[in-house]
Amino acid sequence: MITATFNNYIGGAELVKMEQGVSIMKAAILNGVGNIVGECGGQAMCATCHVIVRPEHREQLPPLSEDEDEMLDCAATARAEGSRLGCQLKAGEHFSTIEVDLPETQ
Amino acid sequence: MNISEHLQSAVIIGTGHSGVQAAETLRESGWTGRIVLLGEEQHAPYQRPPLSKDYLDLDKAAGPLPLRAPSFFEEHRIELRLGVRVESIDRAARSVRLSGREQVPFSKLVIATGASNRALDIPGSALSGIVGLKSLDDAGNLRELLGPAWNIVVVGAGFIGLEFASAARAMGKNVTVLEFADRPMSRALSPAMGDFFARHHVDAGINLRLSEGIASFLGDEDGNVATAVSTSGSQYAADLVVVGVGVVPNTGLARAAGLPVDNGIVVDHDLRTEDPDIYAVGDCASFPSPTGTGRIRLESVQNSTDQAKHAAGQIAGGADARYEPVPWFWSIQGGVRLQIAGLSSPGNETVLRGDPGSGKFSVFCFDGEVLTAVESVNRPGDHVAARKLLGRVLAVTPEQCGDTAFDLKSQSNALALTG
Repeated sequence: MITATFNNYIGGAELVKMEQGVSIMKAAILNGVGNIVGECGGQAMCATCHVIVRPEHREQLPPLSEDEDEMLDCAATARAEGSRLGCQLKAGEHFSTIEVDLPETQ
Repeated sequence: MNISEHLQSAVIIGTGHSGVQAAETLRESGWTGRIVLLGEEQHAPYQRPPLSKDYLDLDKAAGPLPLRAPSFFEEHRIELRLGVRVESIDRAARSVRLSGREQVPFSKLVIATGASNRALDIPGSALSGIVGLKSLDDAGNLRELLGPAWNIVVVGAGFIGLEFASAARAMGKNVTVLEFADRPMSRALSPAMGDFFARHHVDAGINLRLSEGIASFLGDEDGNVATAVSTSGSQYAADLVVVGVGVVPNTGLARAAGLPVDNGIVVDHDLRTEDPDIYAVGDCASFPSPTGTGRIRLESVQNSTDQAKHAAGQIAGGADARYEPVPWFWSIQGGVRLQIAGLSSPGNETVLRGDPGSGKFSVFCFDGEVLTAVESVNRPGDHVAARKLLGRVLAVTPEQCGDTAFDLKSQSNALALTG
C-alpha cells in the first residue's frame, strides 16, 4: 500500500492511501487535504501545490527539474530545504511512502 | 450568530474555477450566512486546463481532476446545486429564478457564468463531426471522435486550437490548422513569439495554413463532415473538425437584469457591477485595465481565481486594496512550455533574451521604459523574475533584459524585497 502523510502548519496530520501513478497534489485534492490548490492542474506552472518533504523521504525522489526549481521561487510561502511541487511526485514511481509538511499559504 | 447574519445569503452563479473559488473564499473570510453555488453542468466542479492537454491522451484513462474533494462543499456549508439553470436575476426582489420557477433569494450575488465558444456560422457548420472544446462533456465527446479520426482540421490557431492540434499530431494524426491571421495566437502574443510557434508546429508536421480562414464545410451522404474549404478555395479532407475561434462572455443574465455590458459584464476595480450587491468575476467580467487605459476581459485560471478571491473578500469584509494583480497565463504545445506574465499591447517594443533557435528564450515587451509583459519558452526563471518585476517603473532596462549575462533573478528578488 502506498501512503502519504500530510502535516498541516497547525500541527494536524492526515494519512492518505494512494493509487499507483497519482501525484501528491491530486491525492491531496481528492482527499480534501486543505492547503493544496493545484491551480494549473499539475503542469508545474503555478506553484500552488508546494510541499516540504520530510528529510528521511527526500533521497528516493527524482532531482528537481529546472521548471520545478524555478517555479518554487514563485511559491507564496518561501521555499525551504525539501520544498517540492506536489504535482511532480508520483506514487509508486517515486515513493511508496512519503511524509510532507504543508506551508501556510499556497 | 446574530439574526441579520443568519438571513444573509450569497448566491453564486457558475461552478467553474471562479465560482468555486468565490464560495471558498467567502466562507474562509468569515461569511456566516448561506452560500448557494448554482451550476448548469451535471458534473461536480472540475479543472478545465487539462481538458485540452492531458485529458485527450487516449493511452490514459479519462479522469477529470476535481477542483475540490467531494466532501469540501458540505464541510464548508456550501449548498452546491448541479444541473440547475438560472433563468433570470430579479434585482428588485433580490432573488434569482431557476428553471422550474424556483426563486433563490440573495443578499449578495456573484455572477461567474464564464464564456461560451464562439460558433461558426458558415455553410456546412451544422454537419456532425464539427465540435468545440470548452467543457468536460466537450472533451469526452472529442476523445471518442479522436480515436477513429485520421484527417483532422482545426479552425483557429489560438491557444485551445493549437494545444489540441499538438495533442492530435502527437498521436500521429494528419492535422491541418486554418488561421485567417498571419500569425498564430496573434491576439495574445508578440510577433516574435508567434513566429516561433508557427515554426515549431510546422516542424512537428502540422499543416499550419496562415492567412487562410475557413469558408465552408462539405459533408458525406450521412451528414458527417468530409471536407473543409478554406477562404483560398483549397479543400482539406476532414473526418473531424475542432473549432477554436474564441469565446463570447456569458452576459445574457446580467444584460436582461439591466446591468451594463461592454464585451463582458461591466465591473469596477472591486469587481462590483453597477448594482452594489452584485459582482461579476472571471471570463464574463469586463474590468478597468490595471495599466489605467480602458477596460479588459481576461480568460485564464489566474484571473478567475484572483478575481473571485477579491470579490468574495469584499463581500465578506471589505478589504481595501484594489484588484490589480499581475496577470499570468500558460500553454503547453507539443512539449513547449509557454508562460506569459503581464499584458502587452500592439506596438510595444520587444527585446529577445536568449536564442529562439535554441528552444529556450523570452520576449520582453516594453511600453517606453515600462516593462509590460514577458513571454517565456522553456525559460521558467525569466517568467518567475517577470512576475516580480512587472508593474515597477524602471525595474529593468531593455538592454539588461536582452543581455543573458545580466542577473535578472537577483534584480527581481532585490526589487521584491523593497516592496
